[in-house]
Amino acid sequence: MSVIVDLPPTRPATERPGFLRRLFADYGQELVVLAAIIVLFAVVMLVNPRFISANNLTTIFAGNAYIAVAAIGMAMVIITGHIDVSVGALIGVLATISGTLAVAGYPVWIAWLAPVLVGMAVNACIGALVAYARIPSIVVTLGALSIMRGGLISFTGGTWITDLPPAFLIAQKSVFGLPVPLVFMVVLTVLAALWMRYSAFGRSLYAIGGNAEAALATGIPVERRTVAVFVIHGAFAGLATILFATQLQVIQSTVPPNLELTVITAAVIGGVSILGGSGTVIGSTLATILFATIGSALIFVNVSAYWLRAVIGLLILATVLADMLRRRGRL
Amino acid sequence: MTAAPYVSLTGMSKSFVGVKALKDVSFDVRPGEVHALLGENGAGKSTLIKMMSGLYSPDAGTITIDGKEVRFASTRDASAAGIATVYQELLLFPELTVAENVFLGNYPRRPGGWIDWSEVRARTRALLDQLDTFDLDVDAKVLTLSVAQRQRVEIAKALSKDARILIMDEPTASLVESDVQRLMAVVRQLRERGVGIVYVSHRMPEIFALADRVTVLRDGGYVATRDIGEVDEAELVSMMVGRPIDSLFPKAEAAIGDTVLEVKNLNHGRHVQDLSFSLRRGEILGVAGLVGSGRTELALTLFGMTPATSGSISLEGRTVSITSPRQARDLGIAYVPEDRGQQGLVKQMAIRKNVSMASIERFSSGIFIKAGEEAQRALDAVKRLRVRCRNIAQPVGELSGGNQQKVVIAKWLETNPKVLILDEPTRGVDVGAKAEIHTIMGELVKQGVAILMISSELPEVLGMSDRILVISGGRLTGEIDRADATPERVGMAMTAHQSGEAA
Repeated sequence: MSVIVDLPPTRPATERPGFLRRLFADYGQELVVLAAIIVLFAVVMLVNPRFISANNLTTIFAGNAYIAVAAIGMAMVIITGHIDVSVGALIGVLATISGTLAVAGYPVWIAWLAPVLVGMAVNACIGALVAYARIPSIVVTLGALSIMRGGLISFTGGTWITDLPPAFLIAQKSVFGLPVPLVFMVVLTVLAALWMRYSAFGRSLYAIGGNAEAALATGIPVERRTVAVFVIHGAFAGLATILFATQLQVIQSTVPPNLELTVITAAVIGGVSILGGSGTVIGSTLATILFATIGSALIFVNVSAYWLRAVIGLLILATVLADMLRRRGRL
Repeated sequence: MTAAPYVSLTGMSKSFVGVKALKDVSFDVRPGEVHALLGENGAGKSTLIKMMSGLYSPDAGTITIDGKEVRFASTRDASAAGIATVYQELLLFPELTVAENVFLGNYPRRPGGWIDWSEVRARTRALLDQLDTFDLDVDAKVLTLSVAQRQRVEIAKALSKDARILIMDEPTASLVESDVQRLMAVVRQLRERGVGIVYVSHRMPEIFALADRVTVLRDGGYVATRDIGEVDEAELVSMMVGRPIDSLFPKAEAAIGDTVLEVKNLNHGRHVQDLSFSLRRGEILGVAGLVGSGRTELALTLFGMTPATSGSISLEGRTVSITSPRQARDLGIAYVPEDRGQQGLVKQMAIRKNVSMASIERFSSGIFIKAGEEAQRALDAVKRLRVRCRNIAQPVGELSGGNQQKVVIAKWLETNPKVLILDEPTRGVDVGAKAEIHTIMGELVKQGVAILMISSELPEVLGMSDRILVISGGRLTGEIDRADATPERVGMAMTAHQSGEAA
């Protein structure tokens, strides 16, 4: 039974808006990114039809899937009003752990599971420092970044892990004719998107990112949720590690430099507000695909790939500016 | 005694987006007097002092300084005319030192434009010494100072600009008793030196101890100006409140049932001290008190934001311990906070999501929210409480204050609360929505909800409550039944000295 208060109605019932309106209201930025990808594909295809060869598509989608998977967790963290600049270093550490276990002859499932569990554990510590010690997440994760990056290089001496057992290299396999990384990316994005949109947990993350004090005053356990979102982010970093560590025959202890920035950028360009409280994981995945497409397109139209970072930089500024303008207009 | 006024305001009027905040008010201050400005929240005190300090420009009316008409285009003009203001929320820079703050924007220079820091420090020292504040280090960062010390820094800052008129907006609202005494000494000293002081306060003892004259405003209009010797406390309170209260606040008659909430000897810090009271089904219990009396702190303690350090709370006869808002919510307590933007709403979120926020676990199946049911509930709530909005997908931040407040109330009604705590339910809400919120309260008590209503608006407390608790200095200073409640009685208890007997 709910408490009912009846006041005489003064105006007709206010209805729920229609489907298309909701689609544009909820996924505006995502649709923009999707449109950009489609336009880019169309244009580059006209210039060079080999752009849509199976080989190149695999490079674009499967080769960058690990970034998209890591960006899912990052999007959740940013939506909650935090940031993690240590995820690149974490993936480096996790890849080394995973590869070392595989080479040492442990069953491959252990080598796959370990990075997920260790990622969760590491991020549980980070989340606890953020939630309970109330240290800003950028500070905690900057510290974690230094510790992990420095520790990794000292530990491995910068050497590569080689002689990985073939069974370990899951990213090079296919299911139903589709590359495993692509399947990972799509399945994880869809599950995470549904969970963020339709679960009470996901909803609470948006509330915390939007106004943590109001969330607390509404009975949302803000501290527990903060730890939880970091732990989940750690799990996604672990899953991303599996794809990253198994895509080549060797594991380099130098992960792609600035990986954390690429991941954060994907979230932001995908529509996740850097101030917290809005955005989706669909956006972060689409933005990752957009970067990969731009990178590949530059090669196909014979432009130096170094322009990729500059283009992405412009996209970041444009996106954040649009977000700020939207907020100013609204609040 | 009757020197010519230094500053006079005549026929001042000011509207904000169509709402008259001040209507034809006249006010003057003589050198060497303390002129108290009295009125309820929303009476127009702040608007008046903001016009005197150049922050607002009046729609109509004139300001004269020493008999000459002036216009203040900015606070700089007012400051040049010798008018300085110490606002309730002190406007100092915490990371700068005392001396840096005092002369900020006004630094004495050496030739070549360099700031003369030794001069800054020496003159700050001299100003503080004049205020008998020998214990304050001019090199201390402001963030290390107490509220009372900061206030003295503000006063020194005003004096550094040779203020002839000092406006003090509720200067004692957040001070402890010993600091109040010290501040009053400073005010008297300034008066001896010929400074005219505008003293805004609700606290009757201070007004009678300090003021030479008192002006009362009500609803943006001028009521009267009197010499302090001509009036007594009861008269002032009725001048502040005096309007037919019952016609404005339709009190719904609800059957009052069993005790729902029983609080015994509740303590938290110095704002909640040894409070005991009970609340029954269908009852509206008003809580009155001045700013800083501990009204809101009581609510925060009951709701688990600042858990009680001792004392007991029982709900429907069962003793409970409440250590988090979540626990309070699950026990059937709801809290509509004083500052809805800060604690009540996620402004960029849709109305639908704000409405469901406190109750979302109740209509989730498995891990997923039943989206259709959520939308339906939000639609129903919007219709029932008459929230004026485009649709339920509209972000709450776009709604007016009154409609935002209805969304906060709707959010808590979704939890079927037994006890609803309303903290300033109609603050910043327009008149129409205010009446609607009062109607909603009436409907709720008819259905057996127990309401604890905190309000700094005396007419609202008197008009809506079945019983009134009065808090002063964190202690209960009165418990008055509706039949016996008069503005004078409640006002007396509100200003009762902290050591006054507990009811």
